[in-house]
Amino acid sequence: MTDDDARAQADATALRENTHPPAWRNPIPSGTYDFVVLGAGPAGLLAARGAATLGRRVALIERDLLGGNRLHVGCVPSKALIRTSRLYARMSDPQELGVPRPRGIHIDVPAAMQRIRRLQIRLSRADSAYRLRDHGVDVYFGAARFAGPARITVDGVALRFKKALIATGARPLAPAISGLVEAGYWTNENVFDLAVAPQRLLVIGGGPLGCELAQAFCRLGSQVIIAQDEPMFLPGEERDAAQILSDSLARDGLEIHLNTQVVAVRKQGELKVVDLISEDRKSSVCVDEILTGIGRAPNVENMDLEAARVEYDTRTGIRVNDYLQTTNARIYAAGDVCLTRKFAHMADATARMVLRNALMRGRRRLSTLTVPWCTYTDPEIAHVGLYVREAREQSIAVETFTVLMHDVDRAVTDGDEEGFLKIHVKQGTDEIIGATVVAPHAGEMINELCLAITAGIGLGELGRVIHAYPTQAVAIKMAADAYYRARLRAAAR
Amino acid sequence: MLLARFQRAAFDYFLNHGNRANGLIADTSRPSAPASIAVVGFALACYPVGVERGWMTRVEAAARTLATLRFFWSSEQSEAADATGYQGFYYHFLDMHSGRRAWQSELSLIDSTLLLAGVLTAAVYFSEDTRAEEEIRELADALYRRVDWQWAQGGAPTVRQAWKAGSGFFHYGWEGYSEAIILYVLGLASPTYPLSPASYGAWTATYQWENVYDQQFLYAGPLFIHQFSHVWLDFDGIQDEFMREKGSDYFQNSRRATYVQREFALRNPHDFTGYDSECWGLSANEGPGVGTVSAHPGERRFFGYTARGVPFGPDDGTIAPCAALASLPFAPQIVLSFLRTLCERYPQLTQASRLPGGFNPTVAGNGPQGWVSEGYFGLDQAVIVLMIENYRSQLIWQLMRRCRYIVTGLQRAGFSGGWLG
Repeated sequence: MTDDDARAQADATALRENTHPPAWRNPIPSGTYDFVVLGAGPAGLLAARGAATLGRRVALIERDLLGGNRLHVGCVPSKALIRTSRLYARMSDPQELGVPRPRGIHIDVPAAMQRIRRLQIRLSRADSAYRLRDHGVDVYFGAARFAGPARITVDGVALRFKKALIATGARPLAPAISGLVEAGYWTNENVFDLAVAPQRLLVIGGGPLGCELAQAFCRLGSQVIIAQDEPMFLPGEERDAAQILSDSLARDGLEIHLNTQVVAVRKQGELKVVDLISEDRKSSVCVDEILTGIGRAPNVENMDLEAARVEYDTRTGIRVNDYLQTTNARIYAAGDVCLTRKFAHMADATARMVLRNALMRGRRRLSTLTVPWCTYTDPEIAHVGLYVREAREQSIAVETFTVLMHDVDRAVTDGDEEGFLKIHVKQGTDEIIGATVVAPHAGEMINELCLAITAGIGLGELGRVIHAYPTQAVAIKMAADAYYRARLRAAAR
Repeated sequence: MLLARFQRAAFDYFLNHGNRANGLIADTSRPSAPASIAVVGFALACYPVGVERGWMTRVEAAARTLATLRFFWSSEQSEAADATGYQGFYYHFLDMHSGRRAWQSELSLIDSTLLLAGVLTAAVYFSEDTRAEEEIRELADALYRRVDWQWAQGGAPTVRQAWKAGSGFFHYGWEGYSEAIILYVLGLASPTYPLSPASYGAWTATYQWENVYDQQFLYAGPLFIHQFSHVWLDFDGIQDEFMREKGSDYFQNSRRATYVQREFALRNPHDFTGYDSECWGLSANEGPGVGTVSAHPGERRFFGYTARGVPFGPDDGTIAPCAALASLPFAPQIVLSFLRTLCERYPQLTQASRLPGGFNPTVAGNGPQGWVSEGYFGLDQAVIVLMIENYRSQLIWQLMRRCRYIVTGLQRAGFSGGWLG
């Protein structure tokens, strides 16, 4: 066993001690639980802790590991890897900042992976099985199946409940491509286990996951080909944002195939030969590994949802109303298993709604949420609220105030000039209905705009907020200033 | 005088790079270049300019026009891989001699539209009772009526971009403001296979009205988008629903877009050589080529033929002088200033009074103009001829106002006001 292998094994043991201790014994249930939670991802953990804080008898059932996708195969490992890859990218091209290029940059993928594992262990401590138990949560590990509208079994042990939450998350969608399964492929569920970056990697799918990991692996030294069956990356985003991303990926050295479908895969020795088709042009590429990132499917199987009279669809997930109630009024759902927008922060937000609605007689509505999201490429692409297209579909006339990052002093001094901020307001007013930010830290900037929309703060009002100078968020102030100038000009006319 | 010189030089492209037998015009002046159907369309509109300016006789113009129309009417329309067209549309590039599909190009809906716009311009201009001019009118009408615009929607709310024998429609349509207004106008007016009435609204629903550099306008990055429909359509004072909502029109919009281009060059965020308030203009054009070169600081990336745009890019320092000049009707003050600056600053570039597709002073070349695009592009020369003419006499706009299909199409797209009444 190599030192790297030994370290990996020790890390896995430490992580497991927090997220599914080998010595764990499930509690022996007695009486009826106020609240039973299925799934210990971000939604389930928050809901279980919250219910315990409210003094309710709560059970949390997890089939595998506490922490969910976010901790094990999602945001935490991917953002850690992206951070490392960003640094390598900066080291490879530091001249713009007046720094000579360092000699002999050695890309150490095992070290990056070890860092990921270390971070996972650290972050898993907050919601370890023992801490949850100490907080008053009955933690059960095992397969949960509904046995009736108010009854569930965990590996054959029956639990009764007054209210329940299904938060079982989602898993990667497998593309239906001839020969792919036989040839083998990665998803986000196993890509963080690798010891070395593949020499040649094909990424199938140009959505957020595909773009993030394609760029990260390219920066970690892989020769990356990305195939996307749409004419641009991140379908649904602002087309200028997608174009900037496309340019950025090309600059990193990715081989980009837009409007391209992957039609077949076959093994040729250790290599994988992949057939592509774009319009009427056929081609093949030869790679060492394939990574797919085409979306995620809700985990609705093997729970006997029918027994609980909970309706679901294997594609769209559990059917919920605006209060997140399933078709069984005492059972709720939250997070990826029932949402179109499968984000950890949406899991968090919907779990909070369920706590209110299920345990505190609340009437919180899903449709009232203002939801930001971000794709963590370089530059990042973040959005909140409506796109112009959506607003126009609702007959809302829109004006957009655009600020280029190359006009923002701090972006210039940071060498981060690529990108823009667009704030959409209802025409003739300063009411913000949506915004897109493309910037290295767009995910941080979008939160101010999310706050503005949530709190009903207009763009004019944002102009009165003093923004620390120099920061990249001054772009928001600049948009507000442009709004004022436009109003003054209109008034002058 | 300056304008007349450049306009005449540009016009000569169509005399020197065409096939008189079939009327096809080469995409570029380079040897073995295929014909571009869009360039042919623009050429058909240039011939009336040539007649009115005394650069060719009416008989000569009619003969060239007739050769073109006869070719397209008799060329093969089928699903065959080397046909000239299908469903009344045509492949983007055609062999100059055989007239058959070249370069495995796509059946291009927008390029077919630009061809048809030229065909209809000819039909209006050649109004005399001669046999040739009667035949021009008959063929033009037949070519227009033959186009199946409904097929071009492919069952979608908006028009598809292109089609290829064997693989069918490209699986995406037009999104965002583009040069496609003329496409919708002609498609909506068809007496035979019109576009669905809702198609125009479905397309304009993807528009973005933006405030960039304190200019509020319907955004599109490359200059040509603000010009190609405008070559034919006089948008001054007429408004569709979108422009009524914004209190503007597409003429005013192109003016603002031109000023945004100038402002971008003035700010010059990427520090390219030659950009300033007097020298600007990013559009779809040829560039120095795909590659990266070391520059100070860091590295610079350059591109080949691509749609360069403002303010989001791509921008590699390549200026499109023809596109800048074609904004003349919208922003004459800054365009004339641009042209004078070009002549003073880059005499080698302008000595023949014909402008290249692009030049890039950041890339080392034979003089201060740096890299210069080889030869000339037909589209570039055409927009120079036609936009200078629209600025000088409004000839093309006046002709197209008399085209009933244009009037009907504009009305069906929801345009009203101004000259439309």
